[in-house]
Amino acid sequence: MAVMGADLTRQTAVVLAEAIRTGEATAVGVTQAHLDRIDSVDERVHAFLHVDTEAALDAARNVDAKRSAGEALGPLAGVPLALKDILTMRGVPTTCGSRMLENWRPPYDSSVVERLRAADIVILGKTNMDEFAMGSSTEHSAYGPTRNPWDLERIPGGSGGGSAAALAAFEAPLAIGTDTGGSIRQPAAVTGTVGVKPTYGGVPRYGLVALASSLDQAGPCARTVMDTALLHSVIAGYDPRDSTSINAPVPDVVAAAGKADVRGMRIGIVTELNGEGYQAGVAQRFRESLAILEHLGAEIVEVGCPSFEYALGAYYLILPSEASSNLARFDGMRYGLRVGDDGTHSVEQVMSLTREAGFGAEVKRRIMLGTYALSSGYYDAYYGSAQKVRTLIMRDFASAFESVDVLVSPTAPTTAFKIGEKVDDPLAMYLNDIATIPVNLAGNAAMSLPVGLAPEDGLPVGFQIMAPPMADDRLYLVGAALESALHDKWGHLLIEEVPAL
Amino acid sequence: MSTAMPETIPYDEALNLFEPVFGLEVHVEMGTNSKMFCPCPTAFGGEPNTQVCPVCLGLPGSMPVVNRTAVESTIRIGLALNCTIAEWCRFARKNYFYPDMPKDYQISQYDEPLCSNGYLDVTVATAEGPKVVRVEIERVHMEEDTGKLTHTGGATGRIHGADYSLVDYNRAGIPLIEIVTKPVAGAGHLVADVAKAYVAELRDLMRALEVSDVRMEEGSLRCDVNLSLNKPGSPMGTRSETKNVNSLRSVERAVRSEVERQSALLTAGGRVVQETRHFHEDIGRSTSGRSKEQAEDYRYFPEPDLVPIAPSPAWIDELRATLPELPSAKRSRLEAKWGITPFELATVVNAGALDLVEETIAAGVESAAARKWWTGELLRTANDQGIELADLPVTPAQIARVEALVADGSLNDKLARQVFEGIIAGEGDVDEVIASRGLAVVSDDTSLLAAIDEALLAQPDVADKIRSGKVQAAGAIVGAVMKSTRGQADAAKVRALLLDRLGVTEA
Ligand SMILES: [Zn+2]
Repeated sequence: MAVMGADLTRQTAVVLAEAIRTGEATAVGVTQAHLDRIDSVDERVHAFLHVDTEAALDAARNVDAKRSAGEALGPLAGVPLALKDILTMRGVPTTCGSRMLENWRPPYDSSVVERLRAADIVILGKTNMDEFAMGSSTEHSAYGPTRNPWDLERIPGGSGGGSAAALAAFEAPLAIGTDTGGSIRQPAAVTGTVGVKPTYGGVPRYGLVALASSLDQAGPCARTVMDTALLHSVIAGYDPRDSTSINAPVPDVVAAAGKADVRGMRIGIVTELNGEGYQAGVAQRFRESLAILEHLGAEIVEVGCPSFEYALGAYYLILPSEASSNLARFDGMRYGLRVGDDGTHSVEQVMSLTREAGFGAEVKRRIMLGTYALSSGYYDAYYGSAQKVRTLIMRDFASAFESVDVLVSPTAPTTAFKIGEKVDDPLAMYLNDIATIPVNLAGNAAMSLPVGLAPEDGLPVGFQIMAPPMADDRLYLVGAALESALHDKWGHLLIEEVPAL
Repeated sequence: MSTAMPETIPYDEALNLFEPVFGLEVHVEMGTNSKMFCPCPTAFGGEPNTQVCPVCLGLPGSMPVVNRTAVESTIRIGLALNCTIAEWCRFARKNYFYPDMPKDYQISQYDEPLCSNGYLDVTVATAEGPKVVRVEIERVHMEEDTGKLTHTGGATGRIHGADYSLVDYNRAGIPLIEIVTKPVAGAGHLVADVAKAYVAELRDLMRALEVSDVRMEEGSLRCDVNLSLNKPGSPMGTRSETKNVNSLRSVERAVRSEVERQSALLTAGGRVVQETRHFHEDIGRSTSGRSKEQAEDYRYFPEPDLVPIAPSPAWIDELRATLPELPSAKRSRLEAKWGITPFELATVVNAGALDLVEETIAAGVESAAARKWWTGELLRTANDQGIELADLPVTPAQIARVEALVADGSLNDKLARQVFEGIIAGEGDVDEVIASRGLAVVSDDTSLLAAIDEALLAQPDVADKIRSGKVQAAGAIVGAVMKSTRGQADAAKVRALLLDRLGVTEA
């Protein structure tokens, strides 16, 4: 592999790790190249909220020292990564895109960060996001929006727009996102990158600042399916500190990505996630992808999931309910922002003033919705009914997976929209997640990968693959096969077409 | 309401007019080594905020993990209280904002408690003898304790009006068991006794199960007392909930004072407000707190950070097998074994001396003597020092040693008491105290005879009386000898030597 002289920031994680292992490149060199790239483009993209230059270089030096000492290096050792600012990292600001946590430095590492460190992955810094992961555009960050590298006037998706934009802007080859209703997959779709929401419980949530505990899941993001698989295998697996984490072997996602074979697989199109409501170019690229998969030897069938119709409604009851409770702790008493503590206000007043000043409008909207939905007298009608819908959606998935190996749909109804276009229309914003939400409600696994540009606007289109719980490997079998066929067709990865910044 | 109306009606008079219904919610801190949802230690008395971690501080991103021992303890309590153990249950979040709550919600159980529908039989003394009352248990569940607030400045000692407040999160996350009774009706004049006996029985049960050492002075058992009154034949009245009732005596006083207060209110044509009242140990009365008529909405919902608990029948059987002899069974057994009445046993139980007496008997001491020491001299000393009997530095083995020395005549009763005095004063073990205080009974005939001669010389008229056959006069001389030997003589022996000296035989 000839990376010497080539732009290190354009390489895949696989290539970079190999170059570091063989000595063709150093981890410090790779890290510095990415830090330089961040320096030159992030003022315009605003993917990062915090770049930890010294810590990143220290971690890189450590990898180079290990190599010099003859120690074996892991498959991603020395590769830089962008971390969504919702995962705790000891001593490093963790703001969740909120004023509330502007100066908070957690005293502990999340499970995900522990595992990244153990794999010698170099964490460059923390990426921008919608405040407390509430949003689909990163416009709800208290620190200003992130811009889509394909068109700086457009959104990079959300809530994990920072992580996706960092990949598309070549600021990092790997990123971590979290997905509560599509926050990994929808940003991947609109930035032409790959993102996976693992099975709920597949990646421990310890240290992931909770939005909706029963829906949140951290996952891997990258520019290729194989890079995503390698990162997936680093962060997945049981952790006793998360009681909801699954104590079972992690599906072999790396082997699946290597196999890239759909021959004999049955792939189901979800009737309810196909047809009306999708942008023409999105629908077109989706159909073309199905044709490719069929050509590769898969059988395409259509499957009905009638309860998906109620998914958005159930989601917007369950998420705000859990969020209203999870975000209660931000009261100015122990850490983070405190407003009004001037000797003239009571404890209750300080709590109110702090929450008034510290939370943005979208967060307040959802806290109010959730507080209402959980109120006595309304609980059964709202939270209770939403849980019943959730059960029905799980049953729809279960019965669909009796006849197909994976389900597929477009990831998002449209390509990236303009910054400001939907920010004052919450319902239009919520509709972005119509295809991604059912998976979070049911707890199974899903991937988004790029399948081309919409002819009408030249912007990336995402293709969603959904697999049963703990069958995450199927995402990679299908995703890698499709990616490889598209690569053959175009002669390069889609991301190569991103305009120069 | 006329100002001439009395604020209270005396207890017995009130209960001639009204029928009481009470209910108790008892919170007990479990004696687990670690907290309910994190590995932090639970030891009492640490420097503030030193026994904390991201989980019990509720830091963003932290997650709870259930303490298995706490679940086991709860199931064992449920089994001991004859409860049904749920096949499947969940934790729930109780949402409310307060600075002693790190997450601004408490992880508790709501409509799916681990144990439900049990009972506990308690015995109360009545004029007609002991009476057994069955207290039905609604539920037993687990939850986490809050932090501890200290308010500085201001007149009330409460958060309103304080200059500032300090919070110690060492207590946050300590496992609590909550045991809730069903409403208990029909206790009549015994209502205060039944309530107190129930809490005492629960305390003994917790100790027997070794799930908590129940140190009430450290706040490890806290009660909320619900009470209502109704006219005979009428439906249950409106109840008040008295919080902060933290000793056995207070349970009794809280019930009595509510009976007296509510009866006066109702008699005067007023109505009882459904409210939370705060009990004040110092004055033995409660004052009105917040009204429950604008009840707080806790927005309970299943805790999504934890998975359900589904104890298998095999696990429950395993735990059932670990149940010790329960206090009531133990009492029946000991009454029979020691040949004593329930009243005599109650004296031992009330002194907190059951285990001590049993161990002392096991160490070879007669039942009567063992009971006499623990419920007499030693209990008085413990009470004087304001400590529990079990905390006295006296062991059953030491009592056995002292009793053996009394039996062989080396000590008498008075000297034995001095031995315990020495032990409690920290002067060492039985024989060390005897040696250092010189407490051996004087049995040397020569020195005793010298003391007798001296006494006879001092009281020649008494000596003559004895010689003339008035043997009952010997007591005066024996007394004088005991005095001159500072009690260290065997009185029977002195008497025998005296009569022998004077050539008189016992009539
Ligand atoms: Zn802790």
